[in-house]
Amino acid sequence: MKTLEDLKRLREQLKTKNTVRHEGGIQIIVGMGTCGIAAGARQVMTAILDEIAKQNLQTVKISQTGCIGMCEKEVLVDVVRPNEPRITYGRVTVDDIPKIISEHIVNGRIVAELAIGKFTE
Amino acid sequence: MRELSLHILDLVQNSLEAGANIVKLEVIEDLSADVLVIRVADNGRGMDEKLRQLVIDPFVTTRLTRRVGLGLPLMEMSTKRCDGYLKIQSTPGQGTIIEASYRHHHLDRPPLGNIVETIKTILVANPTLNFLYRHTVNDRKFTVSSQELADILDGVPLTQPDILIWLHKYLSDHIANLYGGVEK
Ligand code: FES
Repeated sequence: MKTLEDLKRLREQLKTKNTVRHEGGIQIIVGMGTCGIAAGARQVMTAILDEIAKQNLQTVKISQTGCIGMCEKEVLVDVVRPNEPRITYGRVTVDDIPKIISEHIVNGRIVAELAIGKFTE
Repeated sequence: MRELSLHILDLVQNSLEAGANIVKLEVIEDLSADVLVIRVADNGRGMDEKLRQLVIDPFVTTRLTRRVGLGLPLMEMSTKRCDGYLKIQSTPGQGTIIEASYRHHHLDRPPLGNIVETIKTILVANPTLNFLYRHTVNDRKFTVSSQELADILDGVPLTQPDILIWLHKYLSDHIANLYGGVEK
């Protein structure tokens, strides 16, 4: 069974390998309003976390947000790359996640057919 | 929503929207008393009596009430169907405690569902939230504190891939253990 001791050891390993970078990351935001959750936001979140672990992506930040007021387009996932406009993906399913991660997160190419909005902040 | 763990995620999101930075989640399963209780306590802005009454009314659909939680009326209905209740205790400026109770063995009781994914989501997607999760099944208990994890991690984010894998295994193991079923 995994323990907090294992976590301590893992933290030490990571620190000595010095692979952990904190800044300059890409941000992924998942809408977790009631409609979002009902439409499968948690499963989408799980798929994102699995993909991050699988592709060993070190600098992605994850957050959740509430209702964005677009029920019919849930599940909504926003991707923000440093110094680029914020992209909103709509009606995202678990199956879309590997594509969004490989294309947009890793290679910086927006997945146009899933994007529903672009916001410059 | 078919899973209680999705309702739990919804309740925590309500707390976040109420500006809470401390959320305590308790899941109590007592099979001899035949009850399952979910309690979420936060330090958000709270609600006055009028709003408190409104949020469980499924027919009120103003923007304002929708923001505080479309999910609550649904949850109340599911508790009522299972010989239970939904209680909202709230003090403006101090926080809210929501308690949902079900008869554990009621045929219509929604399953707890994937509580691991719910807890993982809350922890990973809210790095500055002080989150405490305590789950008891009869006399077995499991507690997770985001504060304790952060202290051990000492600046390493939970989203670090190896840490994510650890977290998943840690939560799965210990939650399975509550029900008596984990290989060592
Ligand atoms: S919860 Fe319905 S639009 Fe966001």
